[in-house]
Amino acid sequence: MKKSSILAVALTLLAAAAVFAAPKQMSVTVKETQIRATPTYMGKILAVVKYGDRLQVLEEQSGWAKVNLPSGKGQGWVNLAALTTKQIALKAGEAGSASGATSGEVALAGKGFNKEVEAQYRDEKKLDYSWIDTMETYLVSPEQVLAFLQAGGLPAAGGAQ
Amino acid sequence: MKSLRAILSAAAVAAALAALSACASLGSLDALSVLNIAVKSGEAVAKSFEDITPEQEYYVGRAVGANILSQIPPYEEAKTNAYLNLLGQSLAMASDRPETFGGYHFLVLDSAEINAFAAPGGLVFVSRGLLRCADSEDSVAAILAHEIGHVVKQHGLKAIKTARFKDAGLAIGKAAVEELGSAELAKVTAAFSGTIDDITSTLVNSGYSRGAEKEADLAAVEILKRSGYDPNALVRMLVVMKSRLKPGGPDFAKTHPDPEDRIAEIRKVLPEAPAVAAPPARQSRYKTALGKI
Repeated sequence: MKKSSILAVALTLLAAAAVFAAPKQMSVTVKETQIRATPTYMGKILAVVKYGDRLQVLEEQSGWAKVNLPSGKGQGWVNLAALTTKQIALKAGEAGSASGATSGEVALAGKGFNKEVEAQYRDEKKLDYSWIDTMETYLVSPEQVLAFLQAGGLPAAGGAQ
Repeated sequence: MKSLRAILSAAAVAAALAALSACASLGSLDALSVLNIAVKSGEAVAKSFEDITPEQEYYVGRAVGANILSQIPPYEEAKTNAYLNLLGQSLAMASDRPETFGGYHFLVLDSAEINAFAAPGGLVFVSRGLLRCADSEDSVAAILAHEIGHVVKQHGLKAIKTARFKDAGLAIGKAAVEELGSAELAKVTAAFSGTIDDITSTLVNSGYSRGAEKEADLAAVEILKRSGYDPNALVRMLVVMKSRLKPGGPDFAKTHPDPEDRIAEIRKVLPEAPAVAAPPARQSRYKTALGKI
């Protein structure tokens, strides 16, 4: 009896250790985002990551995650709005087997409502997407935001953090 | 909010695991992994808008936007739209969701009606009629911040009917196993089409719930505070809108709660201190961009 309870405690501790030792992995949920030197949009860009890329999160701080750079050399910061704990598999069958992720933790990219479905829908409805595509070319960089806020006499640090 | 979502997603994982163990024949990861909807039941389904991936939200938003533009044409003034995007992006970066899959993009609609729409994922449309209710950059910021609030809170996706998730989940779950054949593509496209109809008709005809509008207003106040704009501008905008909206009109009068009710809720969270007056440079660039809208 005693032996088994010691064993149970040991196993629990082992399991707990395994859980805590596993570094937290997160996936990029936006088309493209930047890893920056400091936890702010004004930080220097160290690397660019894309949808589905897995990043090892070391710590979190006011909405930003400190991650290892994909190169393996050094660390930087990504806004948590661009990350999910779910795994995003870019191809069917790519996810899960290696990482041991369960289905609930996996989202399959490019499936369901995708480019192909959009094309089919557009044809059926005879919808014009040209202005939607034009809108997507309206890009404003964090530097432009900072300049805009400063010129408008706005406390830029708050808006651009 | 983050922690609530974590709890919900943990619950979803647990539900999926339970379903997996109960139904060994569903062991194919691919079949389950798309929206995780086919394996869910009961109350889990009601929450399944959260399982729409950011990429899918992006395609839904594009389609909703294209539908809005098929009804109301864009205002093709490059400088006006450039200004709106500078202001909008500045505000989006101060929101709780500064990044989305395809990013935030703003466009003026060439309509005298008082209207604004936020499609899922960050495509925001504002009519000339609504912009004419503003008298300053802070007021325009208030409009945009409210729409960004809808994007942050994913109100568009929440407008999708629960039953639709079942259709879409089944169709998509099946389609994920293999490449989309023409029959599957037709099914998924039908589910997509229904989804877009749900959202577009909510935006254009029925409007969001009072609760959703309140959430967007509160998010707007927070965004305005963080970025340094005067949150009282939201109230000023609503006062002007109240005077210009015609009861029974086809625009905001139809899709939004009475401005007075909204003002009462917003006042509860406004700062006591009076706002600092906007510097001349801010007012002058506003006049240049939107003075003649």
